[in-house]
Amino acid sequence: MSIQNRDTHLTQPQEAPKAPEKAAAGEPLLQIRSVAKSFGARAVLRDVSLDVAPGEFLTILGESGSGKTTLLRLIAGFERPDTGEIWMGGERLDRLPPHRRQVNTVFQQYALFPHLSVFENVAYGLRAQGVAKAEIAQRVEQALAMVKMSAYAGAAPSKLSGGQQQRVALARALVNRPLLLLLDEPLSALDANLRRQMQGELKMLQREVGITFLFVTHDQDEAMALSDRIALLRAGELEQIAAPREIYNRPSTAYTAQFVGQTNLLRAEVVDGVARWGAFSWPCEGRPGPATFSLRPEHIRLASPADDQQTVRFLATIGQQTFCGDTDLIEISCADGRVLRVRTPSRRILEGQCAFAFSASDAVRLHDAEES
Amino acid sequence: MYSRTYKLAVAIPPLLWVTLFLLVPYALLLSYSFWTVSSGTIVRQWNLENYRDLGRNWMYLQVLFRSMKIAGAVTVLALVLGYPLAYYLSFRAGARKDLLYQLVIVPLWVSYLVRGYAWKTILGSDGVLNGFLQYLHLVREPVGFFLYSPFAVVLVLTHIYTPFTLLPIYASLEHIPRHLVEASQDLGASPRVTFWRVIFPLSLPGLLAGATFAFVLTLGDFLAPLLVGGASGIMISNIVVSLFGAAFDWPLGAAISVCIMLLVLGMLFAVERTEKKWTFT
Amino acid sequence: MDLHVSGQSSVRRRFGWLAIYSAGVFAFLYLPIVVLILYSFNREGVGGFPPRHLTLDWYRMLASDGAILDAVVNSLLVALAAVAIALALGLPAALALDRVAFPGKALFRRLVLLPLILPGIITGLSLLMLAVFAGMKLSLLTVIIGHGTALISVGTTEISAGLQKMDRAQEEASLDLGASYWRTFWRVTLPNLRLPLVAAGLLIFTLSMDEIAVSFFLIGRDNTLPLEIWGRLRRGLTPEINAVSTIIFLVSVGLILVWYRLRTRS
Repeated sequence: MSIQNRDTHLTQPQEAPKAPEKAAAGEPLLQIRSVAKSFGARAVLRDVSLDVAPGEFLTILGESGSGKTTLLRLIAGFERPDTGEIWMGGERLDRLPPHRRQVNTVFQQYALFPHLSVFENVAYGLRAQGVAKAEIAQRVEQALAMVKMSAYAGAAPSKLSGGQQQRVALARALVNRPLLLLLDEPLSALDANLRRQMQGELKMLQREVGITFLFVTHDQDEAMALSDRIALLRAGELEQIAAPREIYNRPSTAYTAQFVGQTNLLRAEVVDGVARWGAFSWPCEGRPGPATFSLRPEHIRLASPADDQQTVRFLATIGQQTFCGDTDLIEISCADGRVLRVRTPSRRILEGQCAFAFSASDAVRLHDAEES
Repeated sequence: MYSRTYKLAVAIPPLLWVTLFLLVPYALLLSYSFWTVSSGTIVRQWNLENYRDLGRNWMYLQVLFRSMKIAGAVTVLALVLGYPLAYYLSFRAGARKDLLYQLVIVPLWVSYLVRGYAWKTILGSDGVLNGFLQYLHLVREPVGFFLYSPFAVVLVLTHIYTPFTLLPIYASLEHIPRHLVEASQDLGASPRVTFWRVIFPLSLPGLLAGATFAFVLTLGDFLAPLLVGGASGIMISNIVVSLFGAAFDWPLGAAISVCIMLLVLGMLFAVERTEKKWTFT
Repeated sequence: MDLHVSGQSSVRRRFGWLAIYSAGVFAFLYLPIVVLILYSFNREGVGGFPPRHLTLDWYRMLASDGAILDAVVNSLLVALAAVAIALALGLPAALALDRVAFPGKALFRRLVLLPLILPGIITGLSLLMLAVFAGMKLSLLTVIIGHGTALISVGTTEISAGLQKMDRAQEEASLDLGASYWRTFWRVTLPNLRLPLVAAGLLIFTLSMDEIAVSFFLIGRDNTLPLEIWGRLRRGLTPEINAVSTIIFLVSVGLILVWYRLRTRS
């Protein structure tokens, strides 16, 4: 489902959308410097530093309790950091009250004003800033058109469905042309199909208006689909920050490897350029000693004659086979009893012993020797 | 799901009691208002004399208007005192909110008479207030109008009914989802604008309920006037009481009561409809 | 959730104009009570400022004041009886309103609320007329009937709220497992309503202890405490009243603390 009427989209004097791999390109829009926040005895954020590039779609990903919503609230201004600073556009952001920050939020429960119509909701921020009446009408109409809610301008929020309320909330935030848009798990209340649809629309919207989006979610698929970069937050600290492909293919820690996608963790030993894991071995450059490798299930396949020298081949017994529609997730037991998980394109049901293979380059060495 | 026996067992006793001890008495009251009294006994002849008397006699109307003015003054004062405090409790008090809320309720549990009596102590010629003012040399002689005046009645009733006004206002303020307040600020509205455009409109049902309590309860009050009202502070309920006492005219008293009843019920009806329009959450 | 402002002024907010004003309102609400307690210990009774010569005389006089002590006992009796009546009727009424469709339901609901909405004297007068009509003599019994009737809706409201919060499926499970309606009521419904019942009971008790308007018309020879005090006030100020009022205040506060403790334990 695509956005129709592309001609009616807002032409805003915004910066051209960029999708940088690193924040180093140009001046960052938002700088979070060593920010920490505790509630009573509970430390929710510990020493988080992060730069957000202008025009990028950055997702803060993490499980519940990781501190991601708190981080968002610090940027919006509803909480103050205990230590650290937040800078935006060369000014201290964390010193300003929320109503003076050029940041707008799309709340998880939309927070539409029940006593105002859809039009009045969207116009709220403009009115608060004293924008002229005629301009308000024009901008509100454009914003509503952008989220395809023009027909509901006079409606009461209580009459709208969840998805419709969310669009209005989006329009209400965007109409103010903020420098930064914060989205606090805006799609979590929607059902699966509607969610996928909205994801696509959000992404296109962001490209159109070019505003920097800071998106919070616990859903890693969502994060990978939408973001220019993902910042993975774990127990109040930044685990890894990189583009989706980078995070997926080159996770830095076991936690990352397991949180974003599924993986097999191989605790191996590297000696003289060779990594050994049980009966398996493959060439490996780098520091000798104990090392953990991440091997994605989709990188293990049924062995074929075309495999080359860099391939590790082995026999294993088929265990549990789970049908996932387009793929099968199979648990296999190797000769020494170790269990691996394999994802293959779906075919017939397998049983007994089969020959499997994986490329040495797919075993990604992780930067920590932590337990998973 | 519930058997017939269950339903009967549950519905009949209260229905019977309420019919006997509420419906019948109120019906009796209504009936009495259509009767008259002559030479010390009640004559059960149906007529509209009492109501005509009320309409023609300036004194009754005067007292009624004074009662409504006092009720209006008390309502306004109760709102002026109660709303800001309710707002403070709901939005500013933080961790102490529950404790402070209980502290507002505590005076309610002290007997009305007792509090009224205490005000008498405070407002009298050799009472606390006058003593205090003289001690500070602000006045040389005791101020007379503090006690036994409409002023005293308004003061005491405001004191008594402010908590009643505060409670529904507090409830409706608490009901406002905090993320609406955050959203308003997020969109650039200062705390003051946020209050007037978001918080206040959403608190209107509570405000209306609180104002109604204050007005209706004050209108029907007869104790404060007797305690501190003096001759100039008489209210409509005092007239009813005396008609059932020394002045012995039960039918007339009943007629005034019926008028008060209709007034109060009419107001409640109007308020209920307005409240529905102003409720959004 | 505090409305948030930047650093220094968030402190100023807490102690700003609104806080001062609120403190003022609190002072207004507590002024008579403070005065009362102070002057109950004042030798000169109620005259003058500031109070001098602290004394317990008035309390001593109170202890030997037979009429007041009788009135206290009467009030307690009436209050307890009123609680019994109001709950014994309020509970089935709440259940009926919740579960039974009967003719005149809407009227019933409003009728039961009337004594709380209308000036108390109207309910008192009406019941007086009933008593006269039935040839009944005024006594504590008539007062009890008055209080009980007027306060039914307090019970109904609290219990209805409790019914809303209750998990309906529990009753259905009990019936499903073969328990009779009566058994279900005793073993499932009632235990779930324990807290609202106690809360309602305490509320009804306190309201009855201070009830004046209805009692005024239904009282016979035995006085309740408020009416005893009332009678004395009409005859002149006596500082004994300060003493008994202080005691009432302390007992009331004690009751609230009990109620509060019960409620927070739920």
